[in-house]
Amino acid sequence: MSIKIDIHKCTGCGKCREVCPGSLLAEDPAGKTQIKYPKECWGCTSCVKECNFNAIQYYLGADMGGKGSYLYTKQEGQLLHWIIVAPDGSKQILTIDKRQANAY
Amino acid sequence: MNLKTKNIETDILIVGGGTAGCFAAITIAENSDAKVIIAEKANIKRSGCLAAGVNALNAYIVKGQTPENYLTYTKNDAEGVVREDLVYTIAQKLNQVTKKVEDLGLVILKDEAGEYVSRGNRNIKINGENIKPILADAVSKLPNVTVINRMNIIDYILKAGKIIGAYGFSLDTAVLYVISAKAVICTTGGAAGLYKPNNPGFSKHKMWYSPFNTGAGYAMGIRAGAEMTTFEMRFIALRCKDTIAPTGTIAQGIGAQQTNSKGEEYEKNYGIPKTSIRMYSTVMENQKGKGPCYLQTAGISQEQEQDLYKAYLNMAPAQTLSWLENGKGPANENVEIEGTEPYIVGGHTASGYWIDTNRATTIQGLYAAGDVAGGSPQKYVTGCFAEGEMAAVAAVAYIQGKAITSPEMQDVERKAGAVNAFFTNEQGLYTVEQIEEAMQKIMDEYAGGISSGYVFNLSKLQVAKRQIKDLLQLSYKLKAHDLHELMLIYEVIDRLYVCDTLIQHLGARKETRWHTFQENADYPERDDANWLKYVNSRFSEGEVKIILRDLVKKDDIYEHKD
Repeated sequence: MSIKIDIHKCTGCGKCREVCPGSLLAEDPAGKTQIKYPKECWGCTSCVKECNFNAIQYYLGADMGGKGSYLYTKQEGQLLHWIIVAPDGSKQILTIDKRQANAY
Repeated sequence: MNLKTKNIETDILIVGGGTAGCFAAITIAENSDAKVIIAEKANIKRSGCLAAGVNALNAYIVKGQTPENYLTYTKNDAEGVVREDLVYTIAQKLNQVTKKVEDLGLVILKDEAGEYVSRGNRNIKINGENIKPILADAVSKLPNVTVINRMNIIDYILKAGKIIGAYGFSLDTAVLYVISAKAVICTTGGAAGLYKPNNPGFSKHKMWYSPFNTGAGYAMGIRAGAEMTTFEMRFIALRCKDTIAPTGTIAQGIGAQQTNSKGEEYEKNYGIPKTSIRMYSTVMENQKGKGPCYLQTAGISQEQEQDLYKAYLNMAPAQTLSWLENGKGPANENVEIEGTEPYIVGGHTASGYWIDTNRATTIQGLYAAGDVAGGSPQKYVTGCFAEGEMAAVAAVAYIQGKAITSPEMQDVERKAGAVNAFFTNEQGLYTVEQIEEAMQKIMDEYAGGISSGYVFNLSKLQVAKRQIKDLLQLSYKLKAHDLHELMLIYEVIDRLYVCDTLIQHLGARKETRWHTFQENADYPERDDANWLKYVNSRFSEGEVKIILRDLVKKDDIYEHKD
């Protein structure tokens, strides 16, 4: 369970570093964010939801049955889009309206 | 690195800005003009166990139910050993605090008549993905409340048996904060990571409870001599395999039954369904060679499946990712379930500070609320709000007419020396990671972890006790290279203190009251004649001393006397 940060997309804004509940993210010498302790990640997606640049990829470890897919999110007003990218690049999008409660 | 001390003062210090802590701060601001500091190890926007969100409010008095019913349910589920006064005072407040958090912005599902839509007898449906940002936003608007993020509190400061503040260090600058306060409210949450977890190395932190809730509040209280209760009632969660995501959403949401590999519904074979029996029955089926066990979801509609995908994204997104990336959703394949490692968490079971009806601990000026407070299981999110509110009201009353007491200079110097020793220690053979792994292995094998089917006996506990004490000695020789490592060292020390107390409690209850949670092989039967009582403890002179106490009833106002 962890995240991978695409340093080409990361702008170094630092919003993800602020919210990580485990303080696992750090600034690298180039001012970008790196995950300093990948094995300590809880998988809460707090950082993913802070990132406006699609730079954080959330994935399941191989020890959890991960097969190379990852997800990221995109905020659009009251909508939160969850984008799941398969290893072949194909995407599935699940959109949640924050004003709506869960059915269960 | 060498931490320099810095003194700060406040009227009330809240340790931990999670569910209970934020609500306590909001309550203080509503009822007084007291100055408040919330000291938070991470950032209150996403800290604590609700970082990813929560799928439902599991403690609510729905139409047709009463606080009395809630108490009856909780008491039965906990096999009779609860603090009835604590559960009942929470139950009376559940609906009021729910309304308050709805007014702050939490989305709650309503029917056409404007009534909340219930899920069973005690639950209501929400969109809780952003529950922490909502609370953090409300706290940020309070002029008298200062939030200090990335501040790790490590110990209370006491004078003549009374609390006068706490020590903490910043994760960003080399400062040891000496915080003086008239009262302290502890809302640090429970303890995960004591036992070897479900997933190995890389995904070791993919656990149910937050791996960053390391039992700091319990450990600080233990070291300060506060009385603790019911640590032996561990919480073991029945969870989706690998992702360790909650199962209640599936079980209650779509009514899925637990089945074994032969497709048999097995839970009914193990007596009246209770939280611990759902877990116990699954362990037993596996031991009989009838695993894997599942929640029977295959055959649900595509619409139900889509709703489940979304519900999990709002609290445990790894589960939705797992379904989608494997190309087999719950409509096609049953969801495999397993038990987690044991946690100590007072919001689900009853482990924590021994508190009076007003939420005061046995240390004067120290209050506790939420997962760190004992005696009242099944409080969940709304119960933590209710308890945060009660602790806040009591703390506000306590500080009237009181002045700040400064700590003794030599005490501060001694503490600074102890903290800085971790930077000056020579790099030895062991790292903090090794100590943590060793602790989890000992607890797993000798104190009833996953590998031993959650079962323990006194002989094994004695081994665990000795080895945990050895590890505690080793941990004081660890070397920190930076502030993050210093935090990790304090976390493992705190966990070892919690383990030490837990082991004593497990051995003290000479019966088996809660299957899997407390499965004592030396005494496999429930014994109401002798054990309808609380197992409490107090740490003094390096030893955990057990105290047995009689049950407290619903209308009692419990006060600390001895």
